[in-house]
Amino acid sequence: MRIVVIGNGMVGYKFCEKLTAKLPAGAADVVVFGEEIHPAYDRVHLSEFFSGKNAADLCLAGTSWYGEKGIALHLGDPVQRIDLVNKTVHSYKGLAVPFDYLVLATGSAAFVPPIPGVEKEGVFLYRTIEDLEMMTAYAPKARRAAVIGGGLLGLEAAKALLDLGIADTHVIEFAPRLMPRQIDEAGSDMLKDRLQQLGLTIHTNKNTVAITGEECINGMQFADHSVLDVDMLVISAGIKPRDELAAHAGLQTGPRGGIVVNDKLQTSHPFVFAIGECALHNDFIYGLVAPGYEMAEVVATNLAGGDKSFTGFDMSTKLKLIGVDVASFGAPFIGPGQGRTLVWQDTIKGVYKRINTTPDGKYLLGGILVGDAAEYNMLLQTVKNKVVLPPDASEVLLGARGGQHSGAGSGVASLPDDALICSCEGITKGAIAGLVQEGCETLDGIKKSCKAGTGCGGCVPMVKDIIEDTLKAQGKLLRKMVCEHFAYSRQELYDLIKMKKLYSYDEVLDELGKGDGCEVCKPLVSSVLASLWNDLVLAKGNDTAQDSNDRFLANIQKGGTYSVVPRIPGGEITPDKLMVIASVAKKYNLYTKITGGQRIDMFGAHVSDLPLIWEELVAAGFESGHAYGKALRTVKSCVGSTWCRFGLHDSVSFAIKVEERYRGLRAPHKFKSAVSGCIRECAEAQSKDFGIIATEKGWNLYVCGNGGSKPQHALLLAADLDSETCIKYIDRFLMFYIKTADPLTRTATWLNKMEGGIDYLRNVVVHDSLGMAEAFEAEMQQLVNNYKCEWKEVVDSPELRKRFNHFVNAPGEKDPQVQFDGMRDQKRAREWK
Amino acid sequence: MSVNSTQQITWFMACTTADVPENGGVCVKYQEDQIALFNFSRRGEWYATQNLCPHRQQMAISRGMIGSQGGEPKVACPFHKKTFSLEDGRCLSGDDTCSLKVYPVKVEGNHVYIGISDDEALSEVLA
Ligand code: SRM
Ligand SMILES: Cc1cc2nc3c(=O)[nH]c(=O)nc-3n(C[C@H](O)[C@H](O)[C@H](O)COP(=O)(O)OP(=O)(O)OC[C@H]3O[C@@H](n4cnc5c(N)ncnc54)[C@H](O)[C@@H]3O)c2cc1C
Ligand code: SF4
Ligand code: FES
Repeated sequence: MRIVVIGNGMVGYKFCEKLTAKLPAGAADVVVFGEEIHPAYDRVHLSEFFSGKNAADLCLAGTSWYGEKGIALHLGDPVQRIDLVNKTVHSYKGLAVPFDYLVLATGSAAFVPPIPGVEKEGVFLYRTIEDLEMMTAYAPKARRAAVIGGGLLGLEAAKALLDLGIADTHVIEFAPRLMPRQIDEAGSDMLKDRLQQLGLTIHTNKNTVAITGEECINGMQFADHSVLDVDMLVISAGIKPRDELAAHAGLQTGPRGGIVVNDKLQTSHPFVFAIGECALHNDFIYGLVAPGYEMAEVVATNLAGGDKSFTGFDMSTKLKLIGVDVASFGAPFIGPGQGRTLVWQDTIKGVYKRINTTPDGKYLLGGILVGDAAEYNMLLQTVKNKVVLPPDASEVLLGARGGQHSGAGSGVASLPDDALICSCEGITKGAIAGLVQEGCETLDGIKKSCKAGTGCGGCVPMVKDIIEDTLKAQGKLLRKMVCEHFAYSRQELYDLIKMKKLYSYDEVLDELGKGDGCEVCKPLVSSVLASLWNDLVLAKGNDTAQDSNDRFLANIQKGGTYSVVPRIPGGEITPDKLMVIASVAKKYNLYTKITGGQRIDMFGAHVSDLPLIWEELVAAGFESGHAYGKALRTVKSCVGSTWCRFGLHDSVSFAIKVEERYRGLRAPHKFKSAVSGCIRECAEAQSKDFGIIATEKGWNLYVCGNGGSKPQHALLLAADLDSETCIKYIDRFLMFYIKTADPLTRTATWLNKMEGGIDYLRNVVVHDSLGMAEAFEAEMQQLVNNYKCEWKEVVDSPELRKRFNHFVNAPGEKDPQVQFDGMRDQKRAREWK
Repeated sequence: MSVNSTQQITWFMACTTADVPENGGVCVKYQEDQIALFNFSRRGEWYATQNLCPHRQQMAISRGMIGSQGGEPKVACPFHKKTFSLEDGRCLSGDDTCSLKVYPVKVEGNHVYIGISDDEALSEVLA
């Protein structure tokens, strides 16, 4: 039997996977045609392309997989004609392949509304890797961008534009509210507020009538006669099923598109099936991946001799990525008389929750969550499994009042074993728990053995909870373990290392761990050791347990050279010191750049030159800037009252004082600070881990801000402090962070996860609710006293200097593979392959 | 022709044991090639692999952190933390398209030798 599959998207691939798993090897001859050049990839997580994933990361299975399964895969070769009479497909490259069964998995395309000007340069769609590559290439030219469409995909596209660096991004929605298919008006209003805080500008009730510009887009015109200047536009106004091939072959299609199928997913021709986003079942196109996977399961089962039907699917969804939780599940909207609705709203935190129950209040029908969707999975399961609600239904939204509500973990426990956890792969709670009992105790293990959590990923938190619950039920001790070598969390390790007074990685591994360590626990333990004792990170025994950058006290660059960043406290530097930097950079042929942290970075240093460079810098009074460490980076300052006509206090002096106090301090992640001389905030203190702003009466101290990929403003911890109190509070704040944060967690994320949030933190730091304030201050003073410039120590030690060679058997010789190109009178690293 | 496999290996003196930090690596220059040599003192073992990371063609494996995964010794590239087995060089981070070449190592007295198979040594001379 020969089965031809048209379309190698998510569903087409899933069909191949399921079919080959169900059929004995050699039972069918499978031929797949894909129009895109990439083998099927994870379109659901397409936006992660902007957070560093590439086509290979998103790939569902490499071409070798198809080979192993005996599937002939023709990529970049779309089918152009189906001949139903001779049961043959004809491809673009001229292949003619006869079939016994044909499976159409052609998916859908972005729907492009007929607006004049859509063809202009700078107008993009958001569907394929190519679309994203084109957007990435164009984005640097754009200053302001817009997205047409305020639905699930449109908001994802808008976030992508922000991630591409276009801070001024607008969302244009035709309907009166955002995500009109998923959420109600009150939810939309809340979402709108939150998105505007992220930097998006939202326009609802806005109908685009024209796209203007010569060749490239330069603006948009709307039905209300308003205009918007934009130089980049993404259209995400819905999807259009790819039914053109089917329609041309004479298969029945719907009036608004889609290939008509029955419960067996058969088209009007019994040997031709349609699955995924191209299929129109019961007048409905399912624009989500889970129903598509279920369709693949149905057709694969039936072709393998089984009997299954497709009878519709739940359309619950959760929005990923945008930085605001949004979810809609079950029946999000119900009319009067259909049941009862409960709404909860917190306009300060920006949270909106709505649940709909049956008229008797016994069962949950569905709901909407905006701003906080932590309960999404639980609520969805409550709907699907018809779990009886507590007498006071509000408890499912707000938690039991008694205070003994024990979170999601107990929630999973209440579900029956046949509760469907991963709807993409059709995996039940019982199946996952069974695997855990058989010894498959990690998320990765579960993903590998049954694929749960590998589709849309929405069930991952529940899978984790089930693993935890099952392990707990087996009496196994549970902790957030660092890695396979340490059965402790970072916080536990910190306390144990301190109590047992351990000073090197090997001692810690011998006393508290097992095996030989790895690239996860080594830097983590090294960072804890440094936070506790502030000994030289390169001391013998600790050197090779450092992250590569810490081991060479410099950031590694493309090509294997390093960067040199001397500390320039507060950004203040004398002309003489500038000249030293200039002469060093010239002598060692380094690329120089002013950094975003108010100092100077010199790039492209050979590893064997590092000690020589630093020898000169140290001699001129420079110190390490710790640009490589999870440590204090810079304390930026504005010029302040010494020169500025608005300055209230001397922000530069205070910034230098703060920077010198905390320089070299190791923490779970890097941390940054800034001091502004007045509320105009030229030093951007409110985007820092801790920021200080002068007031008439003293200093305001802000904490837990973050730039980076998820910017977050810092929150006011205490106001009008004198300098001494301000430093005290920072001491306490930093020690508390160092002791309790998870590895690689910036202060903003740490606070976001902290129960009680800023109020709790304020109680600890300002009101000393833990009774630890004095200890924190004393520990910090100890670390401050132990500070030494690590580069000075290396420069002074012949033993340590020896480690800075590329070749052990040819000291001083440079890596001949390192290559540079010229650029604007300086050099740059040769582009890697 | 029957040759005993040990006869096919040329042992090349790379450095002394003290030259390589405990539980760390160094890069050894061998003709025009670079070899990463590891002193896995915790296991009392030595390993050698190519220094070139196949992921982005970076000469960096010797600067990577070593450790183990389920008992198997491994090294993590400092660039993107792909990990490779020190025993057979295969990629342990799920990328079966790339792997490292491994070399035998022996220690005699305080000297460390890396084994280069003869045909390889020859082909490099001829190349
Ligand atoms: C050099 C510099 C860019 C520049 O030319 O201006 C830079 C360069 C790098 N940044 Fe940055 N960041 C630089 C300022 C910033 C800033 C701006 C600031 O500090 O005011 C930010 C946003 C503020 C913040 O952190 O909250 C910033 C947010 C990041 C992030 C994202 C952090 C986050 O929480 O999301 C990373 C990634 C990370 O740390 O994991 C990063 C990581 C990096 C690394 C270390 C990436 C790497 O691992 O190779 C870059 C290496 C530089 C090198 O080789 O020396 N860099 N980076 C800036 C150095 C400042 C300095 O003097 O030390
Ligand atoms: C940015 C984005 C975010 C998303 N987020 C989510 C989410 O959070 N949750 C969720 O459930 N869903 C999400 N989706 C939707 C999900 O990706 C789709 O439901 C899923 O990809 C549908 O799979 P499919 O195989 O039917 O179609 P596709 O993945 O589109 O695959 C169809 C393939 O067929 C090819 N093709 C078409 N015609 C031919 C031809 N004639 N010959 C050969 N090949 C052809 C196409 O090029 C394409 O590669 C998202 C989609 C996008 C674009
Ligand atoms: S310097 Fe920072 S923002 Fe720029 S590319 Fe590197 S990590 Fe990204
Ligand atoms: S270069 Fe080694 S992991 Fe990327």
